[in-house]
Amino acid sequence: MSKATKGIWVEIENVVLEVGQRAPQVPEDTKNTPLIMWTKGLLIDEEAEIGQEVEVETLSGRLARGKMTAINPRFEHDFGKPVDVLVETGISLKKEIGGIR
Amino acid sequence: MRDLTYCAVMGRKNEIMKKAVGIDYSEFEFGKIGFDYEKMMSNVAYEMDDMINIQKETKVGNTPLFELHNINRLVKANSADGKGGRIFIKDEAANASGSFKARRAAISVYHAQKMGYKGVIAATSGNYGAAVASQAAQRGLKCIIVQEVFDSQKKGQPEIVEKARKCEAFGAEVIQLTVGPELFYTFLKLLEETGFFNASLYTPFGIAGVETLGYEIAEQMNSMEGRYPDYVVATHAGGGNLTGTARGLIKAGATGCKVYGASVDLKGLHMASDKDFNRKSFTTGHTGFGIPFATQPDRADVPRNAARVLRYMDRYLTVTQGEVFYVTEMLAQIEGIERGPAGNVSLAAAISLAMEVDEGKIIVVQETEYTGAGKHPMPQLTFARENGIKIYRGEIRENVPGKTIVLPRQFGQIKAVELDLKKMKERYVGNVTKGFKYEELTEDDVKYLADEVRIDRVEIEKIMNK
Repeated sequence: MSKATKGIWVEIENVVLEVGQRAPQVPEDTKNTPLIMWTKGLLIDEEAEIGQEVEVETLSGRLARGKMTAINPRFEHDFGKPVDVLVETGISLKKEIGGIR
Repeated sequence: MRDLTYCAVMGRKNEIMKKAVGIDYSEFEFGKIGFDYEKMMSNVAYEMDDMINIQKETKVGNTPLFELHNINRLVKANSADGKGGRIFIKDEAANASGSFKARRAAISVYHAQKMGYKGVIAATSGNYGAAVASQAAQRGLKCIIVQEVFDSQKKGQPEIVEKARKCEAFGAEVIQLTVGPELFYTFLKLLEETGFFNASLYTPFGIAGVETLGYEIAEQMNSMEGRYPDYVVATHAGGGNLTGTARGLIKAGATGCKVYGASVDLKGLHMASDKDFNRKSFTTGHTGFGIPFATQPDRADVPRNAARVLRYMDRYLTVTQGEVFYVTEMLAQIEGIERGPAGNVSLAAAISLAMEVDEGKIIVVQETEYTGAGKHPMPQLTFARENGIKIYRGEIRENVPGKTIVLPRQFGQIKAVELDLKKMKERYVGNVTKGFKYEELTEDDVKYLADEVRIDRVEIEKIMNK
């Protein structure tokens, strides 16, 4: 879906500081990247496509403008893959505790 | 129209903060460098009974204190004859929002409401965001949380992404940024735009709120075992956890209890580096915050930080990322409770301590935190591997932040490393007296320094004349 209509939950992006505007104490690798901000809210524009400049109303009731980067953005963090060292840790600890009882 | 450029907004910092916190810090300042910490804490914050009631209203406090029987068996089995302390854990995950941070947020948000603010803002990538959001939801205030969460490729730390989800679950607006200390600029702009209260982690409210935790530990231990704990181990990052807990223990009368700080060793990683950002598996509770906040506490988002660990910390222990993941897995596998890794930093240090102290000594690990997607050893180690970190079981000294995470093969390998507290105190004194000679300080300034680091005036003079 690349089009959103009024009232849809979307994410917007703003460049807060361009490369060259970064604070002096920032390390070099970070200095070579812009400081970017993402905000979410309900779309105020009647209709908009990804990449367009839009306005949203945020959950604290603010109005914010920015480039629309996602529509109904999903949280994609999860429980990861099974991790061998954790499985082995569980087994070895149960053995250690078993040996004491 | 206000000038919203970086320099202009940073230039208005003091004015913005004064409005957003409602504290005139200059009232407490004296001499060349001194300020009356105790006066600030007693004038600005709340009394213990009031705080207990405020927290009770919003589902905070009175959390269980459990003995870790199976871990204690392993402690005993791995200790020399006559050694082996007993570890108890304060299950702070039981607070509304799932961590001890609810204690801090409860007092801040209560105060914001009382002062008539319409909303609260906090700059935090940690559990504190969810805590403020949860408290604001209960007190009917608006809430904005500002997070540092992505690297320049918009790859987010899973632990922080989860906290964003949780804040939104409580109805808060979450603003997410790429890496960099200029987050503070965005934070100031938002304070100015909204007129909301700065629910900083470092105000007297934020610190006093944790006093109830120390107080409860003392009372609960007294009723369970008929005495106060011998040691309390607190995870140390910004300093509020340890400071508040220690103050609460003292207020309860547990003055003989030693308070140890514990942090994950992240030596070598730069906290503001875009490349290093996703090469660490702990976003708080680590030395990258712990050391600078101890030696330069006032570099916080308020003029005078109410978290001052060097006043209270008896020893400072560090543990490796591998050890913390190991004990987190241990807590699930042999104690039957799943809790978040960051809250278990002090548990790893406590296990090491338990194996060196005399049999029967009581050690309290003073927090746990909730766990969930992203905030759990599995996703965090999956993420670390995706970022090129080598993960295996072996010797814990092979842990190299940003390169390897090595979990112990056996319980007995857990061994915290002590940092030199004396050196940190010297660094602190050097930092706050920069530009002054010893002779230029007033008598009160020197007394202030002595209180700050708990060493006598003669020593202060020696350090300054070095």
